[in-house]
Amino acid sequence: MVAIQLFNEIGSIFLNTPTFALVLEALLLLSVIWLVLHKRGSGRRRYTKEEEDYLIEQYEPEPLVTETDPGHPLLRKRLVQSRVGKQIVVDGHDCLNLGSHNYLGLLEDETILEDACKSLRKYGVGSCGPRGFYGTMDVHLELEDRIAKFMGLEEAIVYSYGFSTVASAIPAYAKRGDIVFVDESVNFAIQKGLDASRSTIMFFKHNDVNDLERLLAEQEKRDQKNPKKAAKTRRFLVVEGIYLNTGEICPLPELVELRKKYKLRMFVDESVSFGTLGKTGHGVTEHFNVDLDEIDLISASMEGAMATIGGFCVGSHFIAEHQRLSGLGYIFSASLPPMLAQAAISALDRFEREPKIFAELQEKARLVQQKFGLFSKLILRGNELSPVKHLYLSQSLGENFEAERKLLTEVADKCISRGVAVVEAAYLQNIERKPVRPSLRIAVSRLLDEADVVRAYDIIESVSNEVL
Amino acid sequence: MGNLETDAAAPFEQSYATTNGNGKPANPAMEEEEDHETLMQRKFSAPAYTEIKTRKNAAKVSSAHRLKNIANGGYHPAKQLHLNGHAKTAVSDREFKSSQADGVLSPEQEHYQKSSFEEVPLHTACLTYLGFYLLMILGYINQLLFVPKVAKEKGRDGYVALYDAFESFYSRYVYRRIRDCWNRPICSVPGDELTLKDRVTNDYGWSFKFTGTQTRCLNLGSYNYLGFASSTGTCADNSEATARQLGLAYCSSRSELGETQLLADLERQTARYFGVEDAIVFGMGFATNALNLPSLLSPGCLVVSDEKNHASIILGLRLSGATIKVFKHNNMRDLDRVLRQAVVYGNPKAGGKPWKKIMIIVEGVFSMEGSIVRLPEVIALKKKYKAYLYLDEAHSVGAMGPNGGGVTDYFRADAKDVDILMGTFTKSFGSAGGYIAGSKKLIDFLRANSHAHCYASSISPPIAQQIYTSMRIIMGEDGTDIGRQKINQLARNARYFRKRLAQIGVITYGHEDSPVVPMLVYLFSKIGAVVRTLTTRHIAVVGAGFPATPIMEGRIRFCLSAAHTKEQLDYALDVIDEISDDFGLKYSRKPKDLNPIEY
Ligand SMILES: Cc1ncc(COP(=O)(O)O)c(C=O)c1O
Repeated sequence: MVAIQLFNEIGSIFLNTPTFALVLEALLLLSVIWLVLHKRGSGRRRYTKEEEDYLIEQYEPEPLVTETDPGHPLLRKRLVQSRVGKQIVVDGHDCLNLGSHNYLGLLEDETILEDACKSLRKYGVGSCGPRGFYGTMDVHLELEDRIAKFMGLEEAIVYSYGFSTVASAIPAYAKRGDIVFVDESVNFAIQKGLDASRSTIMFFKHNDVNDLERLLAEQEKRDQKNPKKAAKTRRFLVVEGIYLNTGEICPLPELVELRKKYKLRMFVDESVSFGTLGKTGHGVTEHFNVDLDEIDLISASMEGAMATIGGFCVGSHFIAEHQRLSGLGYIFSASLPPMLAQAAISALDRFEREPKIFAELQEKARLVQQKFGLFSKLILRGNELSPVKHLYLSQSLGENFEAERKLLTEVADKCISRGVAVVEAAYLQNIERKPVRPSLRIAVSRLLDEADVVRAYDIIESVSNEVL
Repeated sequence: MGNLETDAAAPFEQSYATTNGNGKPANPAMEEEEDHETLMQRKFSAPAYTEIKTRKNAAKVSSAHRLKNIANGGYHPAKQLHLNGHAKTAVSDREFKSSQADGVLSPEQEHYQKSSFEEVPLHTACLTYLGFYLLMILGYINQLLFVPKVAKEKGRDGYVALYDAFESFYSRYVYRRIRDCWNRPICSVPGDELTLKDRVTNDYGWSFKFTGTQTRCLNLGSYNYLGFASSTGTCADNSEATARQLGLAYCSSRSELGETQLLADLERQTARYFGVEDAIVFGMGFATNALNLPSLLSPGCLVVSDEKNHASIILGLRLSGATIKVFKHNNMRDLDRVLRQAVVYGNPKAGGKPWKKIMIIVEGVFSMEGSIVRLPEVIALKKKYKAYLYLDEAHSVGAMGPNGGGVTDYFRADAKDVDILMGTFTKSFGSAGGYIAGSKKLIDFLRANSHAHCYASSISPPIAQQIYTSMRIIMGEDGTDIGRQKINQLARNARYFRKRLAQIGVITYGHEDSPVVPMLVYLFSKIGAVVRTLTTRHIAVVGAGFPATPIMEGRIRFCLSAAHTKEQLDYALDVIDEISDDFGLKYSRKPKDLNPIEY
């Protein structure tokens, strides 16, 4: 019965359809069949088994890795032979430390060390599992709570490695088809996060708000042409508080204006600026007195001012919570060893107990800025408040970065043998988005005093005069 | 019904009762009343967890009776007072015999003989799908009727929505129902036992509150394979000493001011551990994959990757720009097919030119499947097609093989046949971090090109020390045989636990020697029910469901450890036996071995 009805139905459909539509559909069907068969048939010639075996025999892959030059700069090691602090023993030389990113000098804080050791005696060393699977200890929750409270935001999320923090946070939100506007000098971890997101990336000139606005205006024109697509495209703005690669502070208020005007969501990586900028160490937002609501997500590593391992993201509940189900480095990796989480909590204790350390650090940063601006063969770059500064050759060798790096390495080596630890910043030049100009990266520590800075200046000045 | 197996095991339990190590007289008859009392109290201490009872179960036996039954084994997590860690050894002097390399079977036959796998019964499959869609529909109705108790984005009106609608729906209305089964906070060493910090939810999983109580549980969830998670003993002592000597961090990357003798020693030790030329270590296992694969591969390279590979590998591959082809999980025929096609037909995007390199990426032990890679066959294929082999031993290093050397050790393969040996220190070594071991040429290349080596921070000294000490113990270089005992204990635990589970009649996946044991419960809601009920019985386990597994294959995962004693496992198995009656988890239709399982 049903079959007959169905047959009638189909028959009537055929009768009622105009002929041209039938022809068109038949053609369509044919072309689909042709396409399918065509792809099978001609795109790939079929081989016989013998031919295949012959091809397999003939296949010669490239070697797994190329030979590495034994003189490669990253192969040579500078051995650190002491606990890191204001002083450091490198390759047997006791040096004043201008290379470790121990801005506040918390590596030498005995209370933090004691707390961490106590924690070791309670939890053991490793956490033996990711956060989801019994790797969440009460210290992790306390740390997240404390960071959120410290920043005055709703929620924080802790990662077990600084690099993976921002590199996981970006692709948790930005996906294929989205647009991310990024400062061209962002650090490598951010670059990898952007790669992983597969979004469209638009780089604007370093700290150049006009260039950003130009890009945004161009994008707006494109959007007007295709409003449907625009309605589905999320837009992000990613900047650093203090740029690790330049030592400059981002022009936050202007960026926030653009963020509002063009409806962007804004991520700020405060790996350097957290715990160093602002009166109470809250970072770049405090420095510029910008309302935290203007920023969607703040991320930072705890491997700088906090002097431990790991990183965190902090923001509103709506934003931060999302990473617990989609931050790859959060879900799929063991949680931070509890003793290091404890060290971060104790560092926050110190932040809150002794807020004058931030002013002290900023004063030292200013001091170094004044003094190190006077080198005759090196030029200084970086904001006066930034604990990270770069020294470049004042006589640029043009595009020959390799030669510049060699000279700087020589300067660093000689400085170390004379008692000042400075190092050239390490980059994988061929993998960076754009080659980065070689420099000596100076990390200012709160514990330096004026005499130290003068001594460091004298040694670097005399070495650079010898070498350059 | 289900008592047959328990009865059969009873003589064994008794023989162990004298050595159960908790210092109590082994006289169950006298202690029975008290046991029952204390247990009931303990249960009260865990108000956060509700036991799910079926009608059948309630009618069958009273809970008191059941508890008594299980307490006979002599072990209960809430009663134990002993310290965590490897101070406690419960190894008998009998050496564990590995049945590997008998030389009788081909690797393929051997694999099938030793792996457990059963098709899901058809009606269970249907029910699972139905159950899942029912959950979705209920969730949808819920979403229509009630405003979700979630934070709204503030001050971003008129912006493009930040989240994908399905993703938020899934996490709000499906995942939330059993959200309490994950991210459970603990406040102790994740050793053979752990202490849960109890929490309750008064709003169906939207939020949690701490009750202030704690529950001691047998830990079958942490990756503490060799039992090195410990707050006492040599490892902890050495780590503390190192922390005091070298501080907690270097605040620098390895390539700037983060290179130390300790790390150099650790690398040399790691190379020796595998019998290869050199090794390089990193501060995080995840980053080891994600930040090294891109320097080894480039566009124009082909990666042949197991479908169950870890997220860190997939991320690394995405960053590398290489072409990825996936083969069916541990299926050598499929691997052969993919490799053959790849070599014969070349790179279609480059007009059929040969691939620059072909790399096979597999894991040693797959953490969700419990399977062991079929390494001898993979090595044969790799040689045949001149591919390179990248082996992620996150879960197998330390845990597999007579010397703890991972799957190469287990299969007695030559470690040099694996081009890139990768693994993590997070699991068996009770620390954090990852390594890559291989030829000097490879490691030098990585030192010069690895993203992690150049940019990411150097390993914290106490963390590195923990790896170094535990590695020396495993290798027996500390002058004791503690390492060997641990390896044997783990191997015996794994076999025993799997065999008993098979006897109980639940379906498990994976290889008989794998310390990761997934038990299939299929239905999404059963994951929650089982995890919660086991917690009321003081057993902590991990559940896994969609999207971590296929929709149909919800499972409970047990991770065994050398720190577990037979009594602990017996306790867990008895409880599992009982609850799998209640929940209908005895899906297996294979014939059961009714003989008592030898430990
Ligand atoms: C196969 C595999 N690789 C890598 C990792 C990441 O290791 P880690 O936890 O040390 O980051 C894991 C952890 O779960 C894993 O299972």
